[in-house]
Amino acid sequence: MIRSLGLILAACWAVTGWAATEPYGYPFDDPFVATVVGTPEADRAKFSVHVPTKRDSLTVFKDREVPDFLFYEARLRYSYALQDKPAPLVFLIAGTGGAYNGGHISAQAKAFYSAGFHVVSLSSPTIPNFIVAASRTSVTGHAVYDAEDLYHVMELIQAKLLKKTKITDYFLTGYSLGGFNAAYVSWVDSQRKRFNFKRVLLINPPVSLYNSISLLDRMLENIPGGVDNFDSYYNGIVSAFGKLYVRAKRLDFSEDFLFQVYQALQPRNEELAALIGLSFRFSSAHLAFAADIMNDYGYVKPKNVRFTRNTDPGVYREVVFRLGFTDYFHDYFYPYYKKLDPSLDRHRMVEDMSLKHIEDYLRNADNIYVMHNHNDLILEQGEIDFFPRVFGERAKIYPTGGHLGNMEYRDNVEHMVKVFTSALDGQPL
Amino acid sequence: MSYPASRLVQYLLLAPLLLVAGCSTTPIQEGDTVEEAFFTPEQILGEDTGTYEDKQVYDPWQGFNRTMYRFNYYFDKYIFLPAVIGYFKITPDPVEEGIHNFFRNIQDLTTLYNSILQLNGEKTLNTTTRLLVNSTVGLLGFLDIASDVPRSDEDFGQTLGYWGMGPGPYLVLPVLGPSSVRDGIGQGVDWLYYNEVRRRTTSMETWQETGMDLLRAVDLRAHVKFLYYETNSPFEYELVRMLWTSKRELDIKR
Repeated sequence: MIRSLGLILAACWAVTGWAATEPYGYPFDDPFVATVVGTPEADRAKFSVHVPTKRDSLTVFKDREVPDFLFYEARLRYSYALQDKPAPLVFLIAGTGGAYNGGHISAQAKAFYSAGFHVVSLSSPTIPNFIVAASRTSVTGHAVYDAEDLYHVMELIQAKLLKKTKITDYFLTGYSLGGFNAAYVSWVDSQRKRFNFKRVLLINPPVSLYNSISLLDRMLENIPGGVDNFDSYYNGIVSAFGKLYVRAKRLDFSEDFLFQVYQALQPRNEELAALIGLSFRFSSAHLAFAADIMNDYGYVKPKNVRFTRNTDPGVYREVVFRLGFTDYFHDYFYPYYKKLDPSLDRHRMVEDMSLKHIEDYLRNADNIYVMHNHNDLILEQGEIDFFPRVFGERAKIYPTGGHLGNMEYRDNVEHMVKVFTSALDGQPL
Repeated sequence: MSYPASRLVQYLLLAPLLLVAGCSTTPIQEGDTVEEAFFTPEQILGEDTGTYEDKQVYDPWQGFNRTMYRFNYYFDKYIFLPAVIGYFKITPDPVEEGIHNFFRNIQDLTTLYNSILQLNGEKTLNTTTRLLVNSTVGLLGFLDIASDVPRSDEDFGQTLGYWGMGPGPYLVLPVLGPSSVRDGIGQGVDWLYYNEVRRRTTSMETWQETGMDLLRAVDLRAHVKFLYYETNSPFEYELVRMLWTSKRELDIKR
């Protein structure tokens, strides 16, 4: 009996040892924890190089009228870092609500710069700066329009950089919505061929935009007492943040701050979900408000009310914080694009805003790779299967990590860089 | 009273005057009646408008404040930041750090008198230790030898708050940025104190004092990690107002 047990154990050990050469060491199994906390400092990829990042901005449309209230968004801001010799260039696209200088995108820039690439960091089309300065319609979130706008911006930046350096090859990556954007930008490039991307990497992209925004809007239902309690919840978060600050002996906003907050408070999953929902609510409110101001659409601001540089947005701001991505989709986004294309219907709009819409292209484009997590919170049940089915070997699915939680984990960063460097050596990966 | 201090006081007195010059915060309405937006406040908010914590910051001079906020953006962009970048370019890193320590040591003087006024024994002791060690062994503060002794930042605005004075109206000061009437007064008093101490302990010419003040301003800006209009929020003014106000409340409690 004991001997057979021993045999079974030995067999199990042998099988696990054979199946996984090394178990995946990302520390958080829970997707909510992973999404909020990310990767603790000790488990991150480390690079000692200094990245010579330059901030720059450009006028995308010469004849664009910029509303007074958003006067400071007239030029599109971005950053770049160049090697001092000819090198391949990586375009990075930030995720929902993310700017060119945010945490994730800066970490990516550092990793690729260290590996010998020029890097260009671009903001998500969902932030006010892009909406005002670089979107043709200023109603962003559209798979094709956003991709064409990004493409236009990338061409302008390419022209500027070619005056400063030599670029040997082009690469493209993005995370979250930026990954979705990258897929469509690559699709646009397959027709226009200005870049001929050597490889494209999609990190934790949504499959269907509508499914993902519905999931994210619903996260706010986890607010204790429901969405109607939004104001008091918001106030609670502000004061909770304050209390921690008072309790801390010394406050430094090191990278590990959120992790320490998490350890101190041990919030329950519902609270973490509400926090994630809140952070996306900020993005949707900023997006809808900027789009409304740009077009005088009358979404929350009456059409005949004009904001000056000094206007207090007051009650309109409170209204827009109560509205989610799905409200924007149904009551601004869809009607706006329906006017441009009367043949459009709501169902088709939902279907079109999806990677499935370009599934055949993605299946056959053997330069497009994916990194994703099995427990990503922005995907509906079963949606993750889309990636292995369409990309086959080119999709790497991690067991844990939630939404972007493991993006800065050392194994992930190593894989991310290798997807691009292996193409330079002419290796498959 | 030295020249720069009197100018600061002039600014403070000027604030309400500029306010009178008028900077309206109401939007411009075209036509007689306001058209209805798709989502109206009545429909979405019902009765509970104005319940955000950040709306509870008392900001009656908002028109002036928003104008000043914008002025500070331009000042930062065209004067302050280029000066900081130039300073970084011409100064070797160890010198920058030494200068930063030097001004922090001077700042400790302000912390010291305010710790005493707040009857805080621990902070008074620690700050005295830091000042004594750093001003002597630390070569006038250029080296932070006493870095193991906890450092705190206390100013006269916090002292007033400690003794129960409320912040009063929110106030965006030219160049200095977010403040309140209480903290504005505090900044003025700290400035007078600093000038008085400097006048009594050194024999600098006015141009030397001005040079030192400019260098201090550049050093201060170099260590504030904030860029105007880079929060990606169309509601940055409200965001900064809320964060600043709660930060000050917490500073007072600490």
